[in-house]
Amino acid sequence: MRTLEEKAREAKNKKAALGPDVDLDTFDVRAEAHQRLQNLGQVGQQDRDRLIQAGVDVTEAGRSGSYLQKDATAVYAGAKDEGVEVIPIKEALEKHAWAREHYWKLLSVDVDKYTARAFTDLHDGYVIRALPGSRAFFPVQACLYLEKQNLSQNVHNIIIAEEGSELHIITGCVTAAHVSRGLHVGISEFYVKKNATLSFTMIHHWAEDMMVRPRSVGRVEEGGLFLNNYVCMKPVKSLQMYPTTHLVGPGAVARFYSLLVGHPGSELDVGGRISLEADDTRAEIVSRAITNGGKIIARGDIIGERAGVKGHLECRGLILKGGEIHAIPELKGRTEGVELSHEAAVGKIAQEEILYLMSRGLSEDEATATIVRGFLSVDIPGLPEGLKEQIDQAVDLSQKSVL
Amino acid sequence: MLQIEDLQVHLGDKEILAHIDLEINAGETHILFGPNGSGKTSLLMTIMGYPQYRVTAGKIRFKGEDITHMPVHERAKLGIGMSFQRPPSIQGLKTRQMVAICGGKKEVPVDDLAAKMNFTEFLNRDINVGFSGGEIKRSELLQLMAQEPDLLLFDEPESGVDLENIALIGNTISRLLERDLKPGPEKTCKEMHKKRKRMGLIITHTGFILDYVAADKGQVLYHGVLACKGNPIDIFRQIKETGYEECCRCVL
Repeated sequence: MRTLEEKAREAKNKKAALGPDVDLDTFDVRAEAHQRLQNLGQVGQQDRDRLIQAGVDVTEAGRSGSYLQKDATAVYAGAKDEGVEVIPIKEALEKHAWAREHYWKLLSVDVDKYTARAFTDLHDGYVIRALPGSRAFFPVQACLYLEKQNLSQNVHNIIIAEEGSELHIITGCVTAAHVSRGLHVGISEFYVKKNATLSFTMIHHWAEDMMVRPRSVGRVEEGGLFLNNYVCMKPVKSLQMYPTTHLVGPGAVARFYSLLVGHPGSELDVGGRISLEADDTRAEIVSRAITNGGKIIARGDIIGERAGVKGHLECRGLILKGGEIHAIPELKGRTEGVELSHEAAVGKIAQEEILYLMSRGLSEDEATATIVRGFLSVDIPGLPEGLKEQIDQAVDLSQKSVL
Repeated sequence: MLQIEDLQVHLGDKEILAHIDLEINAGETHILFGPNGSGKTSLLMTIMGYPQYRVTAGKIRFKGEDITHMPVHERAKLGIGMSFQRPPSIQGLKTRQMVAICGGKKEVPVDDLAAKMNFTEFLNRDINVGFSGGEIKRSELLQLMAQEPDLLLFDEPESGVDLENIALIGNTISRLLERDLKPGPEKTCKEMHKKRKRMGLIITHTGFILDYVAADKGQVLYHGVLACKGNPIDIFRQIKETGYEECCRCVL
């Protein structure tokens, strides 16, 4: 069998199946090490303001743990809840056999040059693990912060919700105010063990000239629930991701929700794939895309491998001020008795809705803003109230830039 | 008061209202009768200011202001409100938020108002999404209760409402139009009527609403022309007996 090193070497120049190709050589791999922090309170005011936009609170109020990475350095990792472990991945791989057992197991190193890069030039990343039967009341927060201009930040994350545990994570990727160009390569492996619940809410906050290539795969065992929420409302040059989840145990459920805004000059190619591989598994993929002149490709793919499985895909797009939305919903039934459905709609705001709100006293602009806000407000069952507020906040903060 | 003078309206290329003259004084409620397609909804939508109803001649004045070409939201701010027959649903906008929006700058006691309309359980649902016909009516009235307009336009407020809720709808409209003011030791009936300022224009097919709202006048709209004006109860009886055929004679 080829080693990870061999695979990475062979895939070094392998273009990705989707998205514009990125010339990796135009980005720096090395970044100076940042000083490690004793606690998040030591984060400077300027950085705080950026972090808060991605849902990261340096006071750690209402958090079970935190991880903060600046460029290539894990500057802080710690858990407040005894049922949770938050460890930088390099440290975890060195110290813990269980971490190594979950490293590059769901995802192959040679998928493309980005996975290869994340292996050969790994900076760091987080391992967040909920111990068996643990129920962390508050979410764990993680942030990948990019401070160095033109850096290729290479990150690998492993998230494990052990048997019977419940874990909520809010994670933000943010660039410093002065950073305009950079590359973010992020590998994530999600393990939702038997009867565990994992919610993972990711808020991206990039810059105009950022290239972003996340690669993530999840695996949900019997009775497990995986909620994967994604919010990207700020400009980015090119974002391409197609997170995939395998429901391998009976009764496993996965739900993906994404809110996307495409600004002029941005290209977002965001998908979600769930494969229903065991009895009674369920999948739901919901995406809401708005463009103000950017290009958005909203993909969705549900694969039914067993009789009786159910999946639904919903893909809605609004074109506000030019741009393009390409919805590509796909369903693959591979046996009799699967129930898969999708609805996709791309259009503009209905004049009738605007007038209805105007008849209640709102101006045309206020009415439009209200409808857009409603469009982006998706009920996510199973998400704790606090996290829902975080998403609402992120949407509110970004909404001004939408209109 | 509302004054409509020689109003002509086109929808697309078609003339749908011709030479409408209508006056509603402060405190008055009028009932608008007419067969399907006669232009009743169009008249209400034109008063509300929906732009697809293009005024080609004539004037609409409200509270002394010429509102003929005023945008919808300015009319709402001036005190015109409408209960729509088939309002659009808006995904993600909760009924609770919508009711609050109706109040404008006022603080709206949303929960109290909703309790009055048996509508509490709908507050956290997206506005009009999956509402039945009767639920839409209650939602529309709830919004008007928050909005408190001076001129209220009702487009078939009782259609689709079950018998259980018909009294609720009727009494609410009566209250919205200040028809429920009762004489007391302080004020006589006449004084109370004088206090009444709210105006109403109600489209009805069934006439149910007449059991709850003692309207001042009835109007029959036929083929885009106001054909008859009179006591609403008399008109309703006549229509029940002879149908709109009889109205036809007055128009021609």
